[in-house]
Amino acid sequence: MNSDLMEKDTSIALAKEKWKSNTDTNRKAVIRIKDVRKSFGDNHVLNGFNMELYEGENLVVMGKSGSGKSVMIKCLVGLIAADSGYIEVMGKEIATLDRQTLDELRSDIGFLFQGSALYDSMTVRENLEFPMRRHREKLGVVSDTTPLVIEALENVGLAHTLDLMPAELSGGMKRRVALARTLILKPKIILYDEPTSGLDPITAKEIIELMRSIQKKYGTSSLIITHDVDCARVISERMILLVDGINYAQGTYSELSASTDAKVEAFFKK
Amino acid sequence: MTHQVKQFFVQAGELSSFASRFFKEAFTPPFEFKELLRQCYQMGNRSFVLVGVTGFIIGLVLTLQSRPTMIQFGAVSWMPNMVGISIVREIGPVITALICAGRIASGIGAELGSMRVTEQIDAMEVSGTNPFKYLVVTRVMATTLMLPLLVIFGDLIALYGSALVENLKGNVSFQLYFNTVFNALTFGDLIPATIKSFFFGFVIGLVGCFKGYYSKKGTAGVGIAANTAVVMASLLVFVVDFIAVFVSDIFYEL
Ligand SMILES: Nc1ncnc2c1ncn2[C@@H]1O[C@H](COP(=O)(O)OP(=O)(O)OP(=O)(O)O)[C@@H](O)[C@H]1O
Ligand SMILES: [Mg+2]
Repeated sequence: MNSDLMEKDTSIALAKEKWKSNTDTNRKAVIRIKDVRKSFGDNHVLNGFNMELYEGENLVVMGKSGSGKSVMIKCLVGLIAADSGYIEVMGKEIATLDRQTLDELRSDIGFLFQGSALYDSMTVRENLEFPMRRHREKLGVVSDTTPLVIEALENVGLAHTLDLMPAELSGGMKRRVALARTLILKPKIILYDEPTSGLDPITAKEIIELMRSIQKKYGTSSLIITHDVDCARVISERMILLVDGINYAQGTYSELSASTDAKVEAFFKK
Repeated sequence: MTHQVKQFFVQAGELSSFASRFFKEAFTPPFEFKELLRQCYQMGNRSFVLVGVTGFIIGLVLTLQSRPTMIQFGAVSWMPNMVGISIVREIGPVITALICAGRIASGIGAELGSMRVTEQIDAMEVSGTNPFKYLVVTRVMATTLMLPLLVIFGDLIALYGSALVENLKGNVSFQLYFNTVFNALTFGDLIPATIKSFFFGFVIGLVGCFKGYYSKKGTAGVGIAANTAVVMASLLVFVVDFIAVFVSDIFYEL
């Protein structure tokens, strides 16, 4: 028990070193997380997590199930308040914002939830219209939102599902509709929480392709959370491994997959 | 034992702070009128058959059961007064509220609970709509407004059931029956009953939303939310009733 704790401490120190040496001051960071901590009772989920997302990049965060990946991105949009630390999104510190500024900021952040989170009492069309209720000014549309809804659905190849209920869609279709809903406000940053989990490899590939084409089309910065190594390999420009609540290692896919650190290797073992 | 007592006070505290948040959010813009109307319609639509059927049976049974005793006392002509007053003052509101606690509180608990566990509430939050306003405020207001209407509806059907028995067994015409009932009823019967119906509606909506909104993760959490919502709402209906009788006793010496 004691030696375990000590090992954890040294690994934290080690990661902090790595993080410092890897911070790139030349690129513009749209998200900056510094030393964020979050516990639920005795469950210390984040123990001083550090991360930066640069403009226009695809950053993948990998971590075991239950390692706190979802908690981390929920802290980013203010769904969960961090216990301590500093979180800045597009130059604004999340913890200090009032409701209105936070809502405006959130309209620039797309969030794809792990379980799609479609509103199941609404049709697909109503699901897509929902985010526009409070952000009409941003889009400059007044009355008819239909063309926007259809454009967003066409982006994901599901224009024909307009009047279906979420219960009538398959898991992969739900994920794509959720993606369309995420895109409807033309966000500058997209946070994907396990976009491919629970999908078969072929559908997962389709989703990944979609994510890439969206990135190309709109030039968004993406933070992708996953534990799917294949997804990470295809999409990541840079990767971060979340272990024991800290940024344990970071680098490109090839750098990390070549690592000899036991905890890093564990991610890439087939 | 001590744990349960502690738990009780924790829940009471959390529910009060939920209620105070409701009042804070209910009176600040933006308002969700459209959703409020939709909820009112849904609640009325979902419960009125149930309330009607129950009311009819209660009226019928109450009259059938008390007739023999009233005949023994030679007071059968007092049937409309007795049944009318007991339905309007007490049985109608309480039975309707209990039915709605079972029907509406559990429905809200399950609905919001499943929205919570499938992250739909989080999704609303990040898309700029305040989920507390959109989901909780509209539902609590809808139950508060609809319950008195359902109570009046239930009362009328129950009286009709009672009149039917009197008509068949005692040859009392419907007109005579209802005339007697409405003559016997005073504002002292109607006003406290209506006011307490608003409170019944409020606690039913509040408890359903409270349990659903803070539902624990996982599908088991949804079941627990729906279940505890019914139990807690029914209990609170009786507590409110108890308080209401006390208070109205002060205003209108019963
Ligand atoms: N609201 C909450 N209350 C209490 N504990 C929580 C809460 N949310 C998350 N946790 C705990 O935080 C830890 C991390 O959860 P999280 O959902 O972030 O995991 P994850 O890395 O996203 O895993 P997965 O890959 O399975 O989605 C878990 O141990 C979980 O039990
Ligand atoms: Mg997760």
